[in-house]
Amino acid sequence: MKIGVFVCLCGSNIAATVDVETVAESARGLPDVAYAKAEMYACSEPGQAAIRAAIEERGLTGVVVASCSPRMHENTFRRAVERAGLNPYLFEMANIREHVSWVSLDKAANTRKASELVRAAVEKLRCNRGLQRSRFDVHKRAMVVGGGVAGIQAALDLAEGGLTVALVERESSIGGKMAKLDKTFPTVDCSTCILGPKMVDVAQHPNITLYAHSEVESVSGYVGNFSVKVRRRATFVDWTKCTGCGLCMEKCPSRKGPDRFNERLATTTAIGIPFPQAIPKKATIDPDACLRLTKGKCGVCAKVCPTGAIDFEMADEMIEEEVGAIVAATGYDVFDPAACAEYGAGRHPDVINSLQYERMLSASGPTRGHVVRPSDGREPGTVVFVQCVGSRDLSLGRPYCSGFCCMATAKQAVLTRDHVPDAEIIVFYIDIRAPQKGYEEFVNRAREEYGVRYCRGRVSSIYRVGDKTVVRGADTLLGAQMEVEADLVVLAVGGQPSEGARALAEKLRISSDQYGFFMEGHPKLRPVETNTAGVFLAGACQGLKDIPSSVAQGSAAAAKALVLLSRDKLESDPQVARVNPKRCIGCGKCVSVCPFGAIRLVETRFGTQVAEVVEAVCQGCGVCNVACMDKAIQLDHFTDDQILAEVNALCREWRVAN
Amino acid sequence: MSAKKTTGAKATDAPLAYYPGCSQTGTAVEYDQSSRALCAALGLELREVPDWSCCGASPAHGRGKELQAAMAARNVELARAAGLEELVTPCPSCLAALKTAEAYAASETGRERLSALCGLDVQPGLPARSLLEVVHARVGIEGIAGRTAHPLAGLRAATYYGCLLTRPAELMAFDDAENPVAMDELLLAAGAEVVDFPFKTECCGASFGVPKRELVTHLSGRIVAMAERCGANAIVVACPLCHQNLDLRRSQLGPEGKGAALPVLYFTQALGLALGLEPRALGLNRHAVSTDALVRDVLAGRTAAGESSAAAHGRSS
Repeated sequence: MKIGVFVCLCGSNIAATVDVETVAESARGLPDVAYAKAEMYACSEPGQAAIRAAIEERGLTGVVVASCSPRMHENTFRRAVERAGLNPYLFEMANIREHVSWVSLDKAANTRKASELVRAAVEKLRCNRGLQRSRFDVHKRAMVVGGGVAGIQAALDLAEGGLTVALVERESSIGGKMAKLDKTFPTVDCSTCILGPKMVDVAQHPNITLYAHSEVESVSGYVGNFSVKVRRRATFVDWTKCTGCGLCMEKCPSRKGPDRFNERLATTTAIGIPFPQAIPKKATIDPDACLRLTKGKCGVCAKVCPTGAIDFEMADEMIEEEVGAIVAATGYDVFDPAACAEYGAGRHPDVINSLQYERMLSASGPTRGHVVRPSDGREPGTVVFVQCVGSRDLSLGRPYCSGFCCMATAKQAVLTRDHVPDAEIIVFYIDIRAPQKGYEEFVNRAREEYGVRYCRGRVSSIYRVGDKTVVRGADTLLGAQMEVEADLVVLAVGGQPSEGARALAEKLRISSDQYGFFMEGHPKLRPVETNTAGVFLAGACQGLKDIPSSVAQGSAAAAKALVLLSRDKLESDPQVARVNPKRCIGCGKCVSVCPFGAIRLVETRFGTQVAEVVEAVCQGCGVCNVACMDKAIQLDHFTDDQILAEVNALCREWRVAN
Repeated sequence: MSAKKTTGAKATDAPLAYYPGCSQTGTAVEYDQSSRALCAALGLELREVPDWSCCGASPAHGRGKELQAAMAARNVELARAAGLEELVTPCPSCLAALKTAEAYAASETGRERLSALCGLDVQPGLPARSLLEVVHARVGIEGIAGRTAHPLAGLRAATYYGCLLTRPAELMAFDDAENPVAMDELLLAAGAEVVDFPFKTECCGASFGVPKRELVTHLSGRIVAMAERCGANAIVVACPLCHQNLDLRRSQLGPEGKGAALPVLYFTQALGLALGLEPRALGLNRHAVSTDALVRDVLAGRTAAGESSAAAHGRSS
């Protein structure tokens, strides 16, 4: 083998604390190394050209680059050596930046460690063999999980891009949180008027199949070839017959079920359509509220339904979908302020959360757009908004800023002035976060034109005396305690990952952060990708964000999925497990530990059993390697021999140094 | 409503190490008296910690947490030496000190520091609890209801827990720190009415009565006034210092609370009355604000005057 070693300076990132010339010099003495050189920026165009030139001019058969983490540039260099005619797996990286130069300022120690890592990489490379990627077909169909504004945008863009799309929504209508909003900031335009047409587009697009009232049950397969089981929960109404006429809602005698769409500010019928613009506009029965389903009597809806759509015997149905890419857009849940006992939400009737207030402001909401005190239905004289409830609060384990509440509060304060012109409006805040286009100006308008009083300080307690709700807090600018007798208190609640997000992450094999938000591939450069190929993210499930950002991310995720599925075939990663049938005793341990179901037992012509890896399913995690007692299963590119060669090289260096 | 049980106090009949604390030998002797009487009636065996000494209280705490922990740890170790497994104290301030000692004793370095300071071999594993928590956990709501001989029909209580009993929440680990309900539940079980009192955990001014009296008279005045405004005819407390500020200082209180006539009872006194104990045996004659009228009403099983206006605010039992 003729090996070339390239030691990157990475500007001063590596060169400042590693003597790269010494590292290159030590590499020249290693077995099979025919060439070693320091490069200013190995990943740059001239750096890659130098590598290619060295391969061609000197007939190198393997390359080591000592630079940054392979997570950063392994693919870059693999492509470079491939262009020069080498197999991309006859390439190794030594991480002398994240593992060396960024860790310590001791130049002598760093230089020695960098040399050792280069030696280990050379020894591994000497054991490498060229691997061939295989190609496989893809399903030109995508699934979007979650039908809020981000998922709607992703589904529409995917469909317009020519793919067929399966959109899965847990609720009985798409629309998500945005459908519950009255107006949107900073333009104060009607939320339903801008979302409604998009929802209709989803319903009418020939490329979109909508599964409402459905959930993802399980996911198997891999990029290009996912197989997803979708559970269509029983609606007890045959949607092929339901015309959405609403007669069943008029006649249903059970009227005390919780109205989830109106954030429990009101009660509703057991059968119904959640809101007038619902898509699909089909009725659903709440089995916990339905008298027929709980007590066995009633059945009025079945009698009045003109199309005979009611079916009390309906059961959940399973549907199998084959898709090439999945976009997760599961949104968020609002924080339940009952956890802050000092604010009395749930105990004091006139303390409500911001989403409830949004329903109150909506003309189709429980109060038909009138701002009232829930306790007695009277118009409030003083309305107090409390910001950062469930956000930026270490005592609740929520140090993060929810991002949208400052603007949502400013909008609601402005709307309050429109609804109740004489109201005194006070906002308690910590800081105002208004960094997007037109946001700061909007907050200033709220203060200056709409006379909203902004009071900088946190609220310590909210209690009720008589028919007043007293808000006690501090004005930290005046350095004074504040006590306000309010009629209505709106808690600007933050967000949290939606219920079931963690379970979905497990099904999709993507990771979540400590709060449960889905992890992007890279916070800056791969914001809508995940570390599982073929799974993309859109909207608040990745991190709390407002509508403009959610829509942008929905389009971005759609674009990424379209790019992926624009190819007819995808190349598989050849770093997969391989069974040596001569050593395999067919114990099946590898089959039981494989998290991807990629290994199966097959019968040999001798009637014995051996393991077999389904290459396209194997993700190369290596769990089977560890489980196999007979060393019969090995992960290509990370075989025991290759790992041991690295370890031996490091130990040899260590012995020499000591 | 139901009190969060957070420290795992269990229903057992093992005897309890009783740490009275200094207030209960002086300004709040009736709290000690009623605590012992109530426990005897409930079958809770109290054994006073032999040779107990100061828990450290505010002065030691002001000097440093470690000094306070060491002073409290001595008492924990004396209880252990007496063969007892659980400490109980009526005083929240003592409790905070004992729990601080417990927290120190959980780590090896903490044990070493405390052992060196108090001269005893400090060990972990002897929990301290408030008398309120022990009664709530060991006797419970049903236990009180079952033993109630004279339902407290005339009592409309504002339950005042004070600032220390539930806070800091990580240390005290008892009930809901912002809206505790353990005392409410016990009083309801005893047949009393409990008003919805928003100042349950407000600060009364605590020991600032000496260095900065106007602070205490202002804060305590607000508490008394709020209790009256909520329709209560008595404040029920679980802290000797709170009692001192609300009862003994009544004539010094700010304008809003000064003229109020509503008496301040310890929860041990209220429950003792329900169990049929004699008012004098509970020390009800020792308060600055007279409890006579209230006690007479309760004993007579009558409802006190002015109830109709209070009904709008209060929760009925």
